[in-house]
This record gives sequence, C-alpha cells and structure tokens, in this order.
Amino acid sequence: MIRAALAILRKDLRLELRTGESAPAMVLFSLIVFVLFHFGLDRDTLEGDLASGVLWVTILLAAVLGVNRLFASEREGAAIDGVLMAPIDRTAFFLAKAAALFLYLVALELVALPAFAFLLLSPSLTGALPELLAIVLLADIGLAAVGALVAALAVETRTRELIVPLMLLPLLVPVVIAAAAATEPLFSGSQAPDDLGTWLGVLSLYDSVFVLVSIAVFDFLLED
Amino acid sequence: MAGPHGRNLRWWALGSAALMAAALSLVFFYAPNDADQGFIQKIFYVHVPMAIVALGGFVAAGVMAIKHLRTGDRVWDLRSYVTIHISIILGVGVLITGSIWARASWGKWWVWEEPVLVSFLIVFLLYCVYYPLRFSIEDPGRQGRYSSVFAVVAGAFVPLNFMAVRLAESYTHPRVLSQTGGSLPGEQRLTFIVAIVAMTALFVTLVKLEITAKSAAMRIKRLRARMERAAEERESALVAG
Amino acid sequence: MGTGAQEPALAIEGLERHYGDRIALAGVTLSLPVGATLAVFGANGAGKTTLLRVLATLLRPHGGSVTALDASLPDDAWRLRGRVGYLAHEALLYRDLTPRENLLLHARLHGLPAARVDELIAQVGLARRAGDRVRDLSRGMVQRVAAARAVIHDPPLLLLDEPRAGLDPGAAARLEPLIGRESGRTRVLVTHDVDAGLAECDLALGLKLGRQVFCGRATADEVRELYR
Repeated sequence: MIRAALAILRKDLRLELRTGESAPAMVLFSLIVFVLFHFGLDRDTLEGDLASGVLWVTILLAAVLGVNRLFASEREGAAIDGVLMAPIDRTAFFLAKAAALFLYLVALELVALPAFAFLLLSPSLTGALPELLAIVLLADIGLAAVGALVAALAVETRTRELIVPLMLLPLLVPVVIAAAAATEPLFSGSQAPDDLGTWLGVLSLYDSVFVLVSIAVFDFLLED
Repeated sequence: MAGPHGRNLRWWALGSAALMAAALSLVFFYAPNDADQGFIQKIFYVHVPMAIVALGGFVAAGVMAIKHLRTGDRVWDLRSYVTIHISIILGVGVLITGSIWARASWGKWWVWEEPVLVSFLIVFLLYCVYYPLRFSIEDPGRQGRYSSVFAVVAGAFVPLNFMAVRLAESYTHPRVLSQTGGSLPGEQRLTFIVAIVAMTALFVTLVKLEITAKSAAMRIKRLRARMERAAEERESALVAG
Repeated sequence: MGTGAQEPALAIEGLERHYGDRIALAGVTLSLPVGATLAVFGANGAGKTTLLRVLATLLRPHGGSVTALDASLPDDAWRLRGRVGYLAHEALLYRDLTPRENLLLHARLHGLPAARVDELIAQVGLARRAGDRVRDLSRGMVQRVAAARAVIHDPPLLLLDEPRAGLDPGAAARLEPLIGRESGRTRVLVTHDVDAGLAECDLALGLKLGRQVFCGRATADEVRELYR
C-alpha cells in the first residue's frame, strides 16, 4: 500500500511541478494577505498574540486554496477511475493526497514564515526555531488530513469552491486555537509563560483523531 | 400505517408535553430567583438543556451515520439527517437564549468567556454546511453516503472542539464566571435535571415526528413513480402490439 | 483431464442497479465463455455504460449476482481489480502528464517493470510523441494511450466502450492486436456500429431503458429495434 501511495504521490507532485496550480498560488496569496493585514490593522510590526493570530489565519486561508485544487486533476478526464481500478488499497489514495497537501503547506511555510518575519514580525525568530518547527509540522499534519478529507467530500458537489471553506474552516478551529496559543510566546519580546507542552498535546490529539477518522471513512467516498 | 417510528409517537408526544409542563412549573414556581440576575436567569434552564440535547443530537447523528455506512440501510441515513435537522433548529434556540442570558449576566449580547456557547457557535456553523453539501450532490446514493461521512467527521469534531475552546478560555479567562457544570444547590439541580429530561423527550418526539412525515412522503413518491412506470410500460406494449 | 466445461468468464443473473428511484439496469442475465466477445447494444441511456462500470468494479450491483473471472461482485471486487481492463468513453488519463508518465503510474500501481511501458508505447506507435502532454495529442493518439493503459497489466477481461469511435482506419488497425478478437481476451464491447458489432461478437446483449431485451445471437433488425 505504501508503494501505491508513493506512486500516486509522485504523480501528484509531478503534476504540481508541471502546472504549478497549488503551491505558488498559496504562497502569493499569503503574501498578499500579510499586506492586507498591515493596512487593515494599521501596524508596521506585530508581536505576541496579534502576530500569532495573523500568521495562523493566513496559513489557514491559504490552505483553503490548496484544498480546493487537490482533486482537480482527478476530475478532468475521469483519471481517478483508472487509478481506482488498480489492485491497490484505497487508503493509499488518501495517504497520497494528504501527503501532497502536507508538502504544499510546507512549501508555503518555507516562504511565508520568513516573509512574515521580514514584513511584520518585531521580535526575532531565530531563538525559537525548533519549537516553531514542531508547532508548524504538527499543525500541518492536521491541516493535511482534514484538508484531504474535505476535498474528497466536496469533489462531487456543484458548489465545490463554496463548500470547501465553509466546511474546512470550522473543522480547523482547534488547530488555530492550539497553534496560535503555542506560537504566541515565541513571538513575544518578553518571556511569557510557556505552555508549549499542552498545546503540542492538543495538536497531537487532534491529528491522531482526524487521521484515524479520515482513514476510516475515506473508502466510503470512493466506493460507488 | 405510521410505520415503526410513528408507532409510539402519541405516547412520546404526551410524555414530552407532560415533562415540559413539569419542567416549566418547576422553573417558575420551584427554583429560586437568582440573587444577582433576577428572573431572567431562569432562561438558563432553557438554554443549557437545549445546548446539551442539541450537542448530544449531533453526536448521536454521527453514530447513526456510522450505522448507515456500515449497513447501507437508508433508514439510518434518514434518522441521521432528521436528527441533525432538529439539532440545528434547537441550535438556533441555543444561540438566541445564550445571547439573552449573556445580556442578563454580563450586559453584552455575546460573551467569549463562556466555552459552551462559543464552541456551540463553531459546531453550529459547521453543521449548517450539511444542507448545502447534501443537496448539491445529485447522485442519490452518493448523497446519503457523503452526508453520513460528514456527520461522522463532524460528530468526532464536537468533543474535540469543546475541549480546545475550553482550554483556550481557561488560559485567557479563568472560569469563575461560568455557571454551567459545577455544583448547583438542590432546588436548582432538580429543576435543571427535569429540564434536561423534558428537552430530550421533546427532541425525540420531534425527530420521530419528522421521520414519520418524511417516510410517508417518500413512500408516496415511490408509489407514484411505480404507477408512472407501469403506465409507461403499458403504453409501449400497446404501441408495439 | 476431461472435456469438462470451463467456468464462464462472466456469469450474470438478474443484475440490478438503480439511480435513486430510476432503474439503470434490471434483469440482466447472461453467461459469457472465456475468450468470447459480448456486444452490448442499446440507445443512449439504455444502461450500457452502467453495465461496463459495474464489471469494472467502479459501481456496486444493487441486486442480482455478478461473477466475473471467479470473483463475485461486490464482495470479491478486490480480486477482480488487476485482472480487468477498461477502455472507457473518457481516456482515464491525466491530461497534463505525458503518455509515458501516465503509463508509468499504472505500471507502478500494478507492480510492473518500467520496460513494459516502453514496450506498449512502441506497440501503439507513439514513440515519437511519448514525451508530449496528453493534452497536446490528437483524439486518435489519446485513444491509443488509453488502450495501452487498459491492457498494460495484460487483463483476461476487457471492457470496451466504443473503442473505435473517432479513429481513422489506420489507428483502429493498430489497436486490434491489443483489444481485438485476436488478443484472445474475453471482451465486453459497447458499440453503435450494428453490423461490425454483430460480426465480431459471439453473443449480443440488447438493452432498452435498463432492461434486457435479448441475449444471444441476434439479427441486425432486432438490434435496430432497440433504437426506436
């Protein structure tokens, strides 16, 4: 099954590299949103909880873009049917899509985090890099699993682009809560109390629950 | 003629009417007026039971959805759909009574300090997507299956969300202001429990009522479709012969 | 080893499939020996594509029994996947990938070596265009890639939905060894070409509004009745 998932993942990455429909758009979107926040909040620099909130809301909204496009290539020409007929465990399909979304998010953050630091952040990030990485990666796992599931749920609906954000964003509220709370002390100049362990725990719990639930129900979205 | 759900409908209706009457009389005549907030505090006995029953309904709908996915029996899809429907309607009531209560307790029309109310808002917004999702899928088989998947995921989400919101609020606003949970003096507790039982009975009655109505409507539609098909076949046999 | 009859490749009994309250397929009953060709005729909406998709394990039967290559659907669908090839109305290909990349994906999914991809590309005569995106190929070339995809795993059962539609005779001839009678595979063929279809089939199935009208040897007139 891992072999099949890897094969599908390679296909998706090759498509993304060739057509560049997801990741570049997500990056561009996040940069524009940072500019919007600058003007909307009328601030040159952000710190603490404000910085945390702006960063995570931006990442989440960019994730919506990625989720919208996740199954686009499958619908065109009914390519997905060809894959469904192969003798593979259909969970491999979910793993491949979630992994692809995870990689797009990582690519997004590789650009957006430094950009955020340059454009808006007042304290320096370098001291807290390992913690930030842990938070971001755990959050990305949850985003990827739920994103892939929502993308699959919305694949059949006519009003796909509307349903995706409406379904995805409430489901991701716990991720925003935990990730924003966890990064807040990292973005504060002062030494705020650090409950990193609790919030990483919340993220891990969320990730475990939703990865398991997604794997359990995904088959029903592909069966007919 | 009412089918399996309608069989005890009359008893459920009478029972919940009786319970509601009991609960209301307790609320108005038995439970003491709150020292700080006065009479308006009594909306607590409506708001919190409604919230608990609605959230319970959402989770129950998730379990029914699991049954639907496992057995493929469309009855479970119908039950899940109706349960979510009634829970959403109750949800509107929760938000309205919650707002009134917030105004009475804290002077504002909305408070972020109350984790039940806040997490309920998020859950409510999520379940509102159930209808657009369901009715934008044209394939009838897929409609039920995808809706059930949604109900399962959302049902798993309810407790997780509540926990996360509560954790967040406990860091920013220590929970001295909340009156949900915690210990209540005897008279209040009794009223509260009766209110929850009455609300649950009302919920079940409404669900049964709607399922009965929908089953009847579906049966009529199926009979009509069968009649039309039979008429078509008779016609084509006449033309051919 | 006696002269006992082999198990039929396809044994269908009372197959049913509905779409909400509408009937997509009803009462389909047939038995197709190994290596034989079944031609399916019917007007648009008669249920031909539905039948193919059920056999391709993309749709579950709602009633009746279907046994294909000793796998009973839907429970043993996993056993059938990997042994059936489907050349559908759509190409089932990723338009932004090249033929080689598309076939490589399927080779990997079926656990086949990359050499098989090159072999098939040569067989369908697309070696020169194998590096172009599918989007940039003509209809005939896309159909050739789709056919290669359908037989990449050498399936004993082949499902063909109007395989020669829109192809010039040269392209159609090139596909014959892969998907034609000479390939030796058991085939289910949907076609609107009444005479050609009847000529190359062993059994003819007629569908009207989802219901089976006839199955067996049929005359061209019987088939044309379906379209009335």
